[in-house]
Amino acid sequence: MDTVKVIEIKKSVYESNDREADKLRAELKDKGIFLLNLMSSPGSGKTTTLKATINRMKYTHNIGVMEADIDSDVDAIAIAQDTGVKSIQLHTGGMCHLDAGMTRQGLDELIDGKVDFAILENVGNLVCPAEFDTGATKNAMILSVPEGDDKPLKYPLMFSICDVVLINKIDVMPYFDFDLEKCKENIKLRNPKAQVIPICAKSGEGVDEFVKWLEEEIRKNKE
Amino acid sequence: MHELGVVFHIIDDVTEVGHENNLTNIQSVTLQLGTVSTVIPDYLKDCWKWAVDRTELLKGADLIIEPIEAITYCEDCKSTYDTIEHGKICPNCGSKNTFLLQGTEFMIKEIAGS
Repeated sequence: MDTVKVIEIKKSVYESNDREADKLRAELKDKGIFLLNLMSSPGSGKTTTLKATINRMKYTHNIGVMEADIDSDVDAIAIAQDTGVKSIQLHTGGMCHLDAGMTRQGLDELIDGKVDFAILENVGNLVCPAEFDTGATKNAMILSVPEGDDKPLKYPLMFSICDVVLINKIDVMPYFDFDLEKCKENIKLRNPKAQVIPICAKSGEGVDEFVKWLEEEIRKNKE
Repeated sequence: MHELGVVFHIIDDVTEVGHENNLTNIQSVTLQLGTVSTVIPDYLKDCWKWAVDRTELLKGADLIIEPIEAITYCEDCKSTYDTIEHGKICPNCGSKNTFLLQGTEFMIKEIAGS
């Protein structure tokens, strides 16, 4: 009988993905491409927010969007129809998140030599996408008012990895027990560096501030 | 929540190590898993059983999980406490100025094979 060998590995399960993500980020920077990873729970208004943002930036940037979902292509069609920018649908095959390898595959199809601002609309989920670095230049998330101001306490990892948190649907705040100041405090507790921008994607309120943040980050990425 | 996805990552990593070491059969894989890593051991084991039987190298391999307790450190009173029981706020002085020392680990510790 063969002797059984024990081989020590001592390596994080996320390490291969983290390495792949760092590599992708560096390559994108070299090419002058900015990749935004947008995350949130289902129904928080990711697609509406993107449409409002893209319509403000599409004349000054070559934008491309990757829509990641378990199934269907409704988001990719909505983006293409309402903004006119290139948009592709990625299916995760039942998986609850995208990793750096899948993001790279999507980018290979999306980036045709023109796109310099790529947006990844991640699977709607506040848990899994936070664990897997996609290789994005910056991470953004949306928390919508009906979800509640306590979400930063319940999903700490998601809030701790985001560079910017958009609080969406502020127009319905009077109808919900949502305390904006408390929510900001809860976010600060998890991530003192996160920018918090209250918006209403439907009316466009606050979207200009998000665009300003994006323009600044795109500029920094090109330095 | 994403147990099946991480199982595939583990199988990829372990298969690479197996090939580097000329193994033809891996009998067990030992993980170290923090208790606040968001990965649920029972689900992980179920996904593991399903996924390894679809491989050559890892067919029937055991998954051994060593838990790592979650511990938080308080910067104000310099004490440590059980994270699962008390969360973000220090039970000794009430401070919010705390950080997690350990408990989010998700490591492949070792494999045994021939």
